[in-house]
Amino acid sequence: MKKTLTVLTLALLASVAGAQAKKTITIGVFPDLDSVVKAALPGFNKLYPNIEVKINSLAYADHHNALTTALATGSGANDVEAIDFGYVAKFAEGGGLVDISKAPYNAGQYRSQFVAYTFPQAITDDGRMVAMPTDIGPGSMFYRTDFLAKAGVKPSDLNKSWDSYIAAGKKIVAANPGVFLIPDASEVESIMIRTGLKPGEGLYFDKNNKVLVGPDSPRFVQAFTVAKAVRDAKLDGHAGAAFSSDWTTAFQKGNLATEVSGAWLVGHMQNWLAKDFAGKWASQQLPGNSFTSYGGSFYGIPTQSKNKAEAWDLIKYLTTNADQQILAFKTTGAFPALRAAQSAPLFNEGVAYLNNQKARQVWRAAANNIKPIDVNRLDPVADQITNDALSSVLDGTKTVQQALADAQALIQRRAR
Amino acid sequence: MQQAQILSTPTRLRPGARWERFQRRYAPYIFISPFFILFAIFGLFPIVFSAYLSLHEWQPAAGLGSMKFVGLRNFTDNLTDPTFWQSLKNTGIIALESGIPQHVIAIPLAFAIHMGLKRVKGLMTALYFLPYITSVVAISVIFVTIFSWQYGVLNVLLTWLHHIPLIGGLFPAEKVNWLGNRAFVQPAVASVVVWRYVGWNVVLYLSGLQAINGDLYEAAAVDGATTFQQFRSITLPLLRPIMFVAITLTLIGNLQLFEEPYIIAGDSGGIGNVALTTVMYMYRTYNFYSDAGLAAAMSWLLFVLIGVLTLINNRVFGKSRLSGAD
Repeated sequence: MKKTLTVLTLALLASVAGAQAKKTITIGVFPDLDSVVKAALPGFNKLYPNIEVKINSLAYADHHNALTTALATGSGANDVEAIDFGYVAKFAEGGGLVDISKAPYNAGQYRSQFVAYTFPQAITDDGRMVAMPTDIGPGSMFYRTDFLAKAGVKPSDLNKSWDSYIAAGKKIVAANPGVFLIPDASEVESIMIRTGLKPGEGLYFDKNNKVLVGPDSPRFVQAFTVAKAVRDAKLDGHAGAAFSSDWTTAFQKGNLATEVSGAWLVGHMQNWLAKDFAGKWASQQLPGNSFTSYGGSFYGIPTQSKNKAEAWDLIKYLTTNADQQILAFKTTGAFPALRAAQSAPLFNEGVAYLNNQKARQVWRAAANNIKPIDVNRLDPVADQITNDALSSVLDGTKTVQQALADAQALIQRRAR
Repeated sequence: MQQAQILSTPTRLRPGARWERFQRRYAPYIFISPFFILFAIFGLFPIVFSAYLSLHEWQPAAGLGSMKFVGLRNFTDNLTDPTFWQSLKNTGIIALESGIPQHVIAIPLAFAIHMGLKRVKGLMTALYFLPYITSVVAISVIFVTIFSWQYGVLNVLLTWLHHIPLIGGLFPAEKVNWLGNRAFVQPAVASVVVWRYVGWNVVLYLSGLQAINGDLYEAAAVDGATTFQQFRSITLPLLRPIMFVAITLTLIGNLQLFEEPYIIAGDSGGIGNVALTTVMYMYRTYNFYSDAGLAAAMSWLLFVLIGVLTLINNRVFGKSRLSGAD
């Protein structure tokens, strides 16, 4: 009797211990990143059978709003949170996210394994690292081979320099009536202000929070001038921001000769944007030796999480495991931030939509050429004000000098 | 003895009676409390919190602990911000461009339906009311495709008209970039607002018309008054109380315009910011600039403005003249 009791007690204790060892953590993501995490879980559970992961997926904006609220009130965040590049600087403020550069995480040890520009994007001015990079968006130019052929323009004419881009663009538009070179002239500006930055400079602010936008900044003057030249030559479709209705329709109707965007655009093009034009598009580097990044995703751990160790295990698996990063690339086309994943055989295969062009090699080359850009909390403010200034230059209301002077004053007001 | 007994009765009440008395005295409060509790949480608290917030500098993502008291700085910052003033100007222009036509169309329309289309009044009212109950997002998306420069229905129609002989010269030869041209963005937004709210005002005015005694019209008709004379001398003056209500509602609604410009012109506020209304700028300040205090101060400034304009409206259209001799 006594023996059975002991055995029973032991069994009970064991089961309690077992139950305690099995932990459930939550991860907050947005589409399509949720498909990546879903695909990753079987592999993760094999390595960590004691961690159960629950996926909380919300629409892109809702996810980030919910995270803002959770950080503001100090409760309700998931153990792991996906953060899009555009939000990293915002969430880095205060102490809402764990500094993963410190023990026991020591994320710094992985730095050399990642594409160079990714880590600095997640490191704050005071040296805290708030998130791990998972995927990136190396910038690339997509062009319609048939329109180029008809105009007798070589692809290299388009990316030699911005001047030759405009000159070639005029030929393309002349040979293909009704076709636009680029959806919106402002896209030219946004690439140009991202190239030729000096060390210690961010897009709009330097390390000491000095405003870099202004009539005396060659970077902005040139970017505004070239964008205006594109508009004046009637090369752009006035489509506004990407994914606006005019932008979408231009792709669907097929009267677009080039577009500059992240490598991820091909996924959208083949699935819905330009389904009917498979095989006609190709990819090459951006004009004028520019290399810029179009977004990217990160994972962070909120300080309010009670399962930080397990959360870090999951993040490590999603970001530093080469097989997982390759699987993610196969699942949604999320371009790996981990360099080891970029040597997978997959990168030497052709992309069916791009007429079997080995475009991934182009993107990989771009990714490894992109320079890190310092982020600033006031970037969204400066971005908005600069875009407004550009639009008043494009529609002829202000001169480049005047618009940049006004923008400088408006941004300085905010940088208090 | 007897008196003492009476005096002591309350202490010797049945336990049930005590419960009854408690019920009678307090139960109503308990029954009505859900409203007050919900109002306190979802109505009162946000108002008080936003007033508190307007005196602080706060980036929400940094947590509640990072709030910093800055006094009235948020208010002075807003009042010296050129973009804030521009947003007020935009709001004012769009409010006028959409507010005046709403009533100029709705009043005669309601009168016509009331006088002439008695049989199908219900149907007409429902038809006009339809835009009001349709999702504003769906409406705005449809208008965006109508106004689209390269692919829009409006430009297709204009091009088609241009190719008609004789009258073709009246219509533009080139496609008009409605949403890419400063001059057209505000009217484009206003036209959506007008389209959406005309029906609402028609319903308001119809209810007002029903309150007017039919004998007045009969008497006027006997005296030989034309329909227009009846409209001008009977309908308009007697509609005054309902006009006051309708204009007040339009005033408040138009000064808080958000969805229509947001979807039609995009969150950037359209070309040159001309469709950036004050509420859109408030949203931008909170959501994109992460400056909750500044946004809260902006909302209070807008509140004051709406209050002042409503008071002025009250003076012009309000009670004092309602009971007047005219």
